[in-house]
Amino acid sequence: MIQGEDRSRHDRDVVFQVSGLTKVYQMGEFEVHALRGVDMELYAGELVVLLGPSGSGKSTLLNILGGLDTASGGQVSYLGISLTEAGDRELTEYRRVHVGFVFQFYNLIPSLTALENVAVVTEIAERPMKPEDALALVGLSERLDHFPAQLSGGEQQRVAIARAISKNPKVLLCDEPTGALDSATGIVVLEALDQVNRELGTATVIITHNVDIAGMADRVINLSDGRISQVTVNAVKKAPRDLHW
Amino acid sequence: MKALNRKVLRDLRLMRGQVVAIAIVITSGMAAFVMFIGAMESLTLTRDRFYREYAFADVFASLKRAPESLRERIAAIPGVSVVETRVVAPVKLDIAGFSEPVTAQMISIPEHGSPLLNRLYIRSGRLADPARDDETVVSETFALAHGFRPGDRIGAIINGRRKDLVITGVALSPEFVLIMRAEALSPDFKRFGILWMGRKALGKSFNMDGAFNDVVLAVQPGADTGRILTELDAILARYGGLGSYARKDQISNRMLSEEFRMLRRSAEIYPSIFILVAAFLLNVVISRTVSTQREQIAALKAFGYENRDIALHYSKLVILIVLLGLAGGAVLGIWLEQRMGQLYMEVYRFPALALRINPLTLLAAVAISVLSALAGTLHAVWRAARETPAEAMRPEPPARYRVSLVERLGVGRWLSQPSRIILRNVERKPVRTFLSILGIAVACATMLTSGFFSDAVNYLVTVQFRLAQKEDMKVAFVEATSHRVVFDLAGLPGVYQVEGFRQVPVRFRFGPRSYKTVIDGVEPEGRLHRLLDDRARPVEVPRSGILLGDYLGELLGVKPGDTITVEVLEGNRAVHQVPVAAMSKQFIGTTGTMERTALNRLLREGDAVSGAYLTADTNSWEELYSQFIKMPRVSGITLRTNEIRNFYDVQAKGMLFFTFVATLMACSIAVGVVYNSARIALSERSRELLSLRVLGYTRGEVSYILLGELGLLVLTAIPLGFAIGYGLCHFIASALANDLFRIPMVLTDSTYSMAAAVVLSSAVASALIVRRKLDRLDLVEVLKTRE
Repeated sequence: MIQGEDRSRHDRDVVFQVSGLTKVYQMGEFEVHALRGVDMELYAGELVVLLGPSGSGKSTLLNILGGLDTASGGQVSYLGISLTEAGDRELTEYRRVHVGFVFQFYNLIPSLTALENVAVVTEIAERPMKPEDALALVGLSERLDHFPAQLSGGEQQRVAIARAISKNPKVLLCDEPTGALDSATGIVVLEALDQVNRELGTATVIITHNVDIAGMADRVINLSDGRISQVTVNAVKKAPRDLHW
Repeated sequence: MKALNRKVLRDLRLMRGQVVAIAIVITSGMAAFVMFIGAMESLTLTRDRFYREYAFADVFASLKRAPESLRERIAAIPGVSVVETRVVAPVKLDIAGFSEPVTAQMISIPEHGSPLLNRLYIRSGRLADPARDDETVVSETFALAHGFRPGDRIGAIINGRRKDLVITGVALSPEFVLIMRAEALSPDFKRFGILWMGRKALGKSFNMDGAFNDVVLAVQPGADTGRILTELDAILARYGGLGSYARKDQISNRMLSEEFRMLRRSAEIYPSIFILVAAFLLNVVISRTVSTQREQIAALKAFGYENRDIALHYSKLVILIVLLGLAGGAVLGIWLEQRMGQLYMEVYRFPALALRINPLTLLAAVAISVLSALAGTLHAVWRAARETPAEAMRPEPPARYRVSLVERLGVGRWLSQPSRIILRNVERKPVRTFLSILGIAVACATMLTSGFFSDAVNYLVTVQFRLAQKEDMKVAFVEATSHRVVFDLAGLPGVYQVEGFRQVPVRFRFGPRSYKTVIDGVEPEGRLHRLLDDRARPVEVPRSGILLGDYLGELLGVKPGDTITVEVLEGNRAVHQVPVAAMSKQFIGTTGTMERTALNRLLREGDAVSGAYLTADTNSWEELYSQFIKMPRVSGITLRTNEIRNFYDVQAKGMLFFTFVATLMACSIAVGVVYNSARIALSERSRELLSLRVLGYTRGEVSYILLGELGLLVLTAIPLGFAIGYGLCHFIASALANDLFRIPMVLTDSTYSMAAAVVLSSAVASALIVRRKLDRLDLVEVLKTRE
């Protein structure tokens, strides 16, 4: 059931077009249907929160959108290019140029400093921003030469966000970005994501099982049992600092 | 089976690649140990039994001629239990269908039959009848080389007279386990043999009727052999004694002892290297296993398992891996020991080789291996056991890194992030990095030692036979002869050049040290036979004084300028004081050299020579042999080409085997270390590498980080391996140095290249396996878990 309708949405470019997407995992002798036919679009510049309990298929959806996994059926296209027919080489190229990732456990390279962790991406990107600028955007100008072991969890996640946006991606995919953080630190991280979305206009998908985060989204997509159960458009977006959990 | 024991087996299966890699290293070490120790124990047992059962003599002496009655005086020396006098004489042989010169040593059999000392083991046929002058028994290697059987006939030129002899039997003697002509570099079974014949017949031919020129003694247990030698020398002095010597200086026995020394050294060196490498590998692997299983350990402890149980659990893992390797090593080692035994038996002749290995030695090897491995993993196992469950449940804190030294030096600017990752990873665990490099370096060094032997042999042959000895043949006379004979030889058809030489047996004394050898008197401007230094440049023979080989100089403790005492062991047996004019590198033999005329003057003799070197037209060689064979004054002819071929033949088989074993070992270490390093690196960094893949890095770019680190280790290890290998070869060369020959310290470029190539290809093979594993890792999985 769809509630409300955002008039301005139709004027924007479609970044992702998903139709009839299915994903079946072979788990030993069992088949697990992670996605059972998902249809959705993602528009340029919008911030979408994908909400759902564990096992609802939200990570699977994100992984397929990010070119980390392949679909069993259906279609996914990115700016009109089919991802479902792309091979390993094309998907790598796609991740390299177009997508930014933020993970629950940051996945920073422990042997590189904050600045170098960002440089690891800018060195292979096509039109990157300067690593210093990316880190300034997430408020880490003072911590450039710190190694991950010398940074707090929130700081590490902000480095990860800086790393993800430094290539000027069209989309930013965030898998439980606050999942490993306390709420105060989590809000700082969400503020960084919100700021990136507003200032750079990067389409952002945030996966979470935390309902409270949904308040900051343009649209909230609920997943359960591998299907979209509900899409909500927030008439009024909350600022991250007004969120509580 | 207990659940925890089942876990041990499952863990082993999970890490089977690494288990196999480590087990192979242990297998190699154990195989080397069993092979070397087994061969040594088997040969020692065989030798001791042969010596005991066939009454190997304790003291040996040669002399010019003494009446049989002297025997009583020798027997009266306190401590002597058995005296046997003999006639020993050189003979030239004429063998149908074999045109090259063949010489033999003929040894008398007593009238009553079998000798009391150095008894013969008759392999086939029977002992020669001591009463007959046309029967002989021949040594086994000689018979085999020519295919002789009892009943065959050979022609012998005994003291200038040709005689047809019937071979009645083929025999072995404890005195001739190894048969080598004096001064030869390696045995030549085809051209030199031992013949036994009745005392009366041999004595008659050599004018030794009622006399002897050789005596062997057995001494009573506990008797002072040194004193007996002195007393014997005193008795024999009047009769032209050439100086007596004890069993330890007897050539066959000494060569055998040298082999045992080498086997023991090898059994100490090689397995130690392997067990240390294995202990290191186990340490790395078990440490990693423990850190990936922290949560399991925490859970076990939460259920009430004690520290001891946890420690025991991981110890079992270690012990099983070691036992697996040891079992393989024992099987491989016994197989190699048999191959090696057979190889030895081709040169060293015993009635039968008793292959055996002391179970206690094996047990000790097992205990040492297990204990070393446990010692190597003690730290990791203890770490596993010590943590409190709550502590272990928490994830490990992120690894601490710092900017690497190379970057701090200012090179950092030009490095890509992946290159920085490599450098910092390498630097973060300096001990492990160093030990990995050392391990690979040891593999490289082991390879070098295998190539070293053939390099050294090739160098020896080139220098000795192609540059120093340029003559085609060497003719030796029965006794010193006027130099005029050189012109006679030069007049023979086909002869190009002749150069006389004088050789005299002497004993050098300097302070308390003495050494029995010969002085070579060479022509001052000699072309055919020259002395060369360690860089193969001709050495000038001093006009006066003596030139000593460096090894002999060390034995005597002399330096140029010192004066040494020279006791001449022939003729008037004069004693002289001679200044040491110079010392020069000498790889073969342990002799002194003088200008021939200076030696003639010292000996107060005229212009005399003991033999001659000559070059001749190849087509006339056969004709020359047949003439020499008939000349009563010629006691022997040696062909340079035969010497070279033979040296290669004897060395080649042993070398091929050694190279095979060493290559096997080097590869096993290289693969063991590189594969394990790569697997550990993959396990520690898979998350990081996959994160990079997610960020858009290609498989190739990610492999660079993992394999670049390995490459860096391997490339650092190779030069280090060269250095260690050089040192190891140097050590082997000095450990194996003996008075027969010293191994020159030569390593060719191709040996270095080969060592590097073996290490690199082992590394590449390991890298490819690990790269495949890296390619198969699941991208999504890594993002879900925290390390």
